[in-house]
Amino acid sequence: MSDNDKIIDEVTSSEYKYGFSTEIDADTLPPGLDEDTIRLISLKKNEPQWMTDWRLDAFQVWKKMDEPEWANVHYKKPDFQAISYYSAAKKRNIESLDEVDPELLKTFEKLGISLDEQKRLSGVAMDIVVDSVSVSTTFKKTLKEKGIIFCSMSEAIQDYPELVKKYIGTVIPKSDNFYAALNSAVFTDGSFCYIPKGVRCPMELSTYFRINEAGTGQFERTLLIADQNSYVSYLEGCTAPQRDENQLHAAVVELVALDNSEIKYSTVQNWFPGDSNGKGGIFNFVTKRGICETSAKISWTQVETGSAVTWKYPSCILKGDNSIGEFYSVALTNNFQQADTGTKMLHLGRNTKSTIISKGISAGNSHNSYRGLVRMSPRALNARNFSQCDSLLMGDKCGAHTFPYIEVKNPTAKMEHEATTSKIGEDQIFYCQQRGLSTEAAIALIVNGYCKDVLNQLPMEFAVEAQKLLAISLEGSVG
Amino acid sequence: MKDRLSAFYWLHETQFAQISSNLITSQRRKAIDIFETEGFPTVRNEDWKYTSLKKLIAPNYVLPSPFASFDEEEQVEYKDIKKFLVNDIDCYQVVFINGRYSSWLSQTTHSKYDICTLGSAWKKYPKIVEENFNKLTKDDGPLVQLNTALAWEGLYVNVPKNIVVEKPIQVLYFTTGSTPVFNQTRSLVILAEGSSAEIIERHHSLTNHETWTNAVDEIQIGSNSSIHWVKLQHDSPQASLTQHSKINQEKDSKAIVHTISTGGKFIRNNLDFSLSGPGAEAHMFGLTLGNDRQLVDHHTRVDHIAPNCSSHETYKGIYDDYSKGVFNGKIYVHTDAQKTAAYQQNNNLILSEKASIDTKPQLEIYADDVKCSHGCTVGQLDEDALFYLRARGIRLKEAKALLMLAFANDAISDIQHPSLRVKLSQLIGRKLGVDMSTVL
Repeated sequence: MSDNDKIIDEVTSSEYKYGFSTEIDADTLPPGLDEDTIRLISLKKNEPQWMTDWRLDAFQVWKKMDEPEWANVHYKKPDFQAISYYSAAKKRNIESLDEVDPELLKTFEKLGISLDEQKRLSGVAMDIVVDSVSVSTTFKKTLKEKGIIFCSMSEAIQDYPELVKKYIGTVIPKSDNFYAALNSAVFTDGSFCYIPKGVRCPMELSTYFRINEAGTGQFERTLLIADQNSYVSYLEGCTAPQRDENQLHAAVVELVALDNSEIKYSTVQNWFPGDSNGKGGIFNFVTKRGICETSAKISWTQVETGSAVTWKYPSCILKGDNSIGEFYSVALTNNFQQADTGTKMLHLGRNTKSTIISKGISAGNSHNSYRGLVRMSPRALNARNFSQCDSLLMGDKCGAHTFPYIEVKNPTAKMEHEATTSKIGEDQIFYCQQRGLSTEAAIALIVNGYCKDVLNQLPMEFAVEAQKLLAISLEGSVG
Repeated sequence: MKDRLSAFYWLHETQFAQISSNLITSQRRKAIDIFETEGFPTVRNEDWKYTSLKKLIAPNYVLPSPFASFDEEEQVEYKDIKKFLVNDIDCYQVVFINGRYSSWLSQTTHSKYDICTLGSAWKKYPKIVEENFNKLTKDDGPLVQLNTALAWEGLYVNVPKNIVVEKPIQVLYFTTGSTPVFNQTRSLVILAEGSSAEIIERHHSLTNHETWTNAVDEIQIGSNSSIHWVKLQHDSPQASLTQHSKINQEKDSKAIVHTISTGGKFIRNNLDFSLSGPGAEAHMFGLTLGNDRQLVDHHTRVDHIAPNCSSHETYKGIYDDYSKGVFNGKIYVHTDAQKTAAYQQNNNLILSEKASIDTKPQLEIYADDVKCSHGCTVGQLDEDALFYLRARGIRLKEAKALLMLAFANDAISDIQHPSLRVKLSQLIGRKLGVDMSTVL
């Protein structure tokens, strides 16, 4: 019970608790986007010519594309010329924590993730990206001994150009979609990770993203490569300060799982969701996709509680025979938030398996959609899929929607899909109340139970945080 | 094709104006305008993503019209159509040949209720038709608009308050001729408070040429009334059907619709329910047996507008050879439709390597106190079950048929007439190449 008491304690105290901004000396480009902006970003990052060309090429593709409108979300389209595409904390090249901007360290302390503490206690290696630029990566040396490369994207472009060149854009091509093309043109940083053959990464790798500067967009790019027979578990967390304006976050995450490798990718997304009147908040338009070679496995776990508008479909291309894709998601929307999220499982290889568990919770005036695709190609003999999408409704002004696309072109494929939508049972709440829980505590308890299938997939430290996050995000939604 | 159709309308506009009232003529004009601007839907349209009309609109169709003189070839004898009738049940019978009402093959009535044709209702009951025609279909897609503009004949049923139609109404649309034919059929069914009716509907082509029937049905069900509608879609391999059925249900009414799609080249069904009175109940059952290069596309939509309504949907599909199945079921719960119960199920068997199925069950829910669920599966016959049957001396072919019949049973078990049910299972047997009487 003590855990639940803590949750209730936090519930009563909070609105958006990550809503502070930190005065860090930042180097920001004026708003606007044209070829010169891209050249400038490339120049500032001291990139080789091929990278600049790649960006410019993506920009040409992007100019020809239209913003997608098929998602079940409504918002005022961002003005892409009013966004600053580069903002960097000024001090760079940090080896130890002492060199980190003290203001920044305070920021992390406020967030409850003191780097120092992380380093000592949890053994999680972190890469921290503030306003699109990676500020510090911990545990680099320990990882290096194992041959693991874990650094910021810009360092990777300098130090491991052949790896970046080989894999970037292979899973998500520049022309994939509007936001992926934009990201390819203007991405400023992100994380890069390479796990060599046969190595089991000894600790959780983690990236922490924060948008700090006003008027900026965040465009980070993550590339994660697991070579044959390797294993890695990767965590990603995000927050942003409270502002009246809508800020754009358009990230791209590419995962490459080579033969027999396994990647576990977990996200706790808690960008500023806008205030209770629906003002402000982050537009979260993210493209995430992984490719599985023979007998490889990619598992996506996400807890989505933030952002004003979410548009996100972490997907798996099950290319190799016997490969496995998994997707576990909890998406919670409150107030005026809108989420259109789900996954794509593309079965190409034989004996490929995929599992989709999606739990949506909508409260207040929010709308929550699951949109997914399961495609079994003619070559995918004995492909297997199980999907379950549940939605929970709280309040009479919210909406929950399900749009699963299922395309089967193979007689040996088996797929099952089930979805339910309902509200929390009055009898369940009554039962909890009888046992002395307040309505709010009862709901937190029920919601946590409802999400258990997904939360169980998260690494320990994250699961606790995610549980608290759910409770906080639901605060005030019960009338 | 599109230009020919609109030219056909403009050419005959004055004649169309003569067969129905001014108000309807203005609706026709609006409809043809929409059709002209939108054209035939393409696969870029989300509702037609998996179903291309390209091949369907290719042939040089003849458009039957009430203005052309009667064609010898359209002469159809009772013996030609006998096998398509459900004979052992006493029925009202309404028969159309190339859209034209065939009085000598039909049995209609005006005594307690009206069971006749839309062609005569335009004239006889202009007020009722005006009130109800195009009421549910105004905002629909181009195919429906095309029908609104060009339709001139179809079933008309009007049942007054508290009256039950004693016999089922059998309606048959035949297509014949020595050229490809494109038919527009339109039916209007109005059930007043507390009434009830049963309709058995069939479209069939009697020629070897390509035929296409574009049907639209509008059905108004008053409070406490009920309808049972069986659609038999067992057409010849050259025939195509696109059918939009719109049903509006008032308080505590009940509708049951069976769609049995076992034949034809191209079938597209749009079945839409509006549950606009509290306590309304909608049941949909579908069975699809696809083989050859058949395409069967089921789109269903249930709009839960009023509270306390329920909808129940069971669609089963078996696909063999090169056949293709599409299922798109949408449950839309509007803001005030609290206490909604909606259930949707779509199960599919794929039997061959080249068959495919694209299914998309959808829930859009804007109310909170609801219980909605959908499930959908794609798979094969259970090896263990097959083994069990074969171990008991049943041959593989029969064992498979038996399992498939069991699989399909959910979708046809609610059909009321035992003889129709038997007929259906025989038909399924034939389709599977097994004599069901030896198995059952």
